[in-house]
Amino acid sequence: MSRLKTIVRNQRGVQPLRGGHSLCQGCGVPMVVRTVLSTIRQPVVVVNATGCLEVATTRFPTTAWNVPWLHVAFENAAAVASGVESAQRVLRRRHALPAGEEVAVVVFAGDGGTYDIGLQALSGALERGHRFLFVCYDNEAYMNTGVQRSGATPFGASTTTSPAGLDSFGKAQRRKDMTAIAVAHHVPYVAQAASTHWHDLSVKVERAVAADGPAFLNVLTDCPVGWGHEPKLAKQVIDAAVETCFWPLYEVVEGRHRLTYTPRQAPVEEWLGSQQRFAHLFRPENAELISQIQGQVEADWNELLARCEEGRM
Amino acid sequence: MTDVRLLTGGEAVAHAMRQIDPDVVPVYPITPQTPIIQTFAKLIADGEASTEIVNVESEHSAMSAAIGAALAGGRTMTATSSQGLALMAEVVYIAASMRAPIVMALGNRALSGPINIHCDHSDSMLIRDSGVVQLFAESAQDAYDLTVMAPRIAEDARVLLPVLVCLDGFTITHSAEPVSLLPDDEVARFVGPYRLRNAVLDTTRPTTQGPFAMPDYYFELRRQQAAALEAALDVLEEVAAEFELLSRRRVGALEAYRLEDATRAIVALGSTAGTVKDVVDELRDEHEAAGLLRLVSFRPFPSAAIAAALEGCASVAVLDRADSPGGTPPLHAELAAALYGSDLELAGHVYGLGGRELHPPDVREIFRGAAAPYVGLRGERCPV
Repeated sequence: MSRLKTIVRNQRGVQPLRGGHSLCQGCGVPMVVRTVLSTIRQPVVVVNATGCLEVATTRFPTTAWNVPWLHVAFENAAAVASGVESAQRVLRRRHALPAGEEVAVVVFAGDGGTYDIGLQALSGALERGHRFLFVCYDNEAYMNTGVQRSGATPFGASTTTSPAGLDSFGKAQRRKDMTAIAVAHHVPYVAQAASTHWHDLSVKVERAVAADGPAFLNVLTDCPVGWGHEPKLAKQVIDAAVETCFWPLYEVVEGRHRLTYTPRQAPVEEWLGSQQRFAHLFRPENAELISQIQGQVEADWNELLARCEEGRM
Repeated sequence: MTDVRLLTGGEAVAHAMRQIDPDVVPVYPITPQTPIIQTFAKLIADGEASTEIVNVESEHSAMSAAIGAALAGGRTMTATSSQGLALMAEVVYIAASMRAPIVMALGNRALSGPINIHCDHSDSMLIRDSGVVQLFAESAQDAYDLTVMAPRIAEDARVLLPVLVCLDGFTITHSAEPVSLLPDDEVARFVGPYRLRNAVLDTTRPTTQGPFAMPDYYFELRRQQAAALEAALDVLEEVAAEFELLSRRRVGALEAYRLEDATRAIVALGSTAGTVKDVVDELRDEHEAAGLLRLVSFRPFPSAAIAAALEGCASVAVLDRADSPGGTPPLHAELAAALYGSDLELAGHVYGLGGRELHPPDVREIFRGAAAPYVGLRGERCPV
């Protein structure tokens, strides 16, 4: 695959995100960051929302970043990126920047900083049409503060604020469809990707950066601590999300949906069974919940297929 | 050629912005700030400035985008009022800590609740300790002058902090007065180009901005930031002196009005100073030794200059247009600290909350030492 060569070539020399950071063993976030930044050939500015990535890579006076990096707060990364992008646009118009390649503005935010507290700023920035790439590393809960439920936490998952117990089966609500919310902003490029499908992710990054306007990438990323799996099993766990259709890989170009990977449609037990946060669902009294989840996944999958079908017409 | 126009304070600020022609202005509408940004947007639409206005979806995002733009390498201005400032307060603190030299006009307005659109200074006081410079205008002319001076203070290498130009909502923002504008080219020369040492868009020299600081460094970083705000006092006077050469108007950290031989003085911020000046003139005609200390710079607080200016006064009354429930109102507390050890008599009065008027007879009462702690309050309980 030539893509691997590209990534390896781009990683030669000074890496955008070096080692020495304190992200956990098995954490999918640095893999996502490196795949994204190693795909982009032009210079970049990274805007980071508060979260694991920010905390673990920039403990003053050290830094793991070799590209310009900006962090302001939790909920406003998209707004900060709007400012950087607007400044670049006007400075180029006024010939106040040295001639050269356009700088790509890339945001990294977790699901809290995207689905929940960051949603307003993201929505505003998408609507205004700033040319930037927003990458959500979605690990389905507030991991930095100790695994609290978020709007991205799936139905039935046990978190520290939606714990499973005698009277609880974990989170009682479904996760919101953030990818569809981004699509509803009529932006040129939106895609759903997964940390371990790096080739697929890399292709999407390339398209996202080439888009003439805002681009949104929702990347499912594992968290061994929050999900309860062995760090070495990260790839199997994420792959299970994709193969069970819990996390389909697709892109939406100018509103047209297209699947980028055909999963084998494995039963959801394969995904649920890979992590401690779903362990309680396998108790006999919760058997009904698993078929309920299977039903939700199938309904969402069929809806997505219908959208892809429309896209082809 | 002097260019004198009939302008509201909001329009005067917009004209200063037109002449500065900043790179980026992220902004969100709120009364009584809106005349500033509406006037400015129209000036751009008519080709008189070429700033990129970013019509963000909230004040929180306005200040966030302002930080992004300012640190990216663009001169950045914005404007807000009241609830807008309250919403962006989190980011105002961060703007100061990231040393982002943003200039912001603040149309001072009471904080909710109850919701109210009229002037008081509770919004300014909410962010008292955020680390930003806060300069209070007395008039539309003052608002114009301070806005022209603000980028020079904000962007000075000794400062590098946000500067807020505070103008009383409606009293200044919406009232038309003759305002003398400097020629466009003189303002452009005075303000100069925006040069940031570590612009984020300089990808050849990557910097990490806004990192995580633990107990081993946080304290030092905060102290360094506070020292920069203290340094703004000298920079303000330097810039004021230079501005005076251009305009023959001097707006420094404070204005001593007929204070030289005064035995009784009032200390006030903002447009109220105009009312007090009228009363001082009347009292002087009546051979009363009254004077006014108008404070322009609330942050940094010019304690030493205040103590020196009030030396010789027997009594001083401080007017706070914001309350501190359960404590001492902010300006009163500052004055008490600045004058600690002096034997002059210090009284504090809260007035004008939510746009309640302060009339000349009230000011006379204050000078006489006969006014209540809450001037203009009709009663302790709501009449309804």
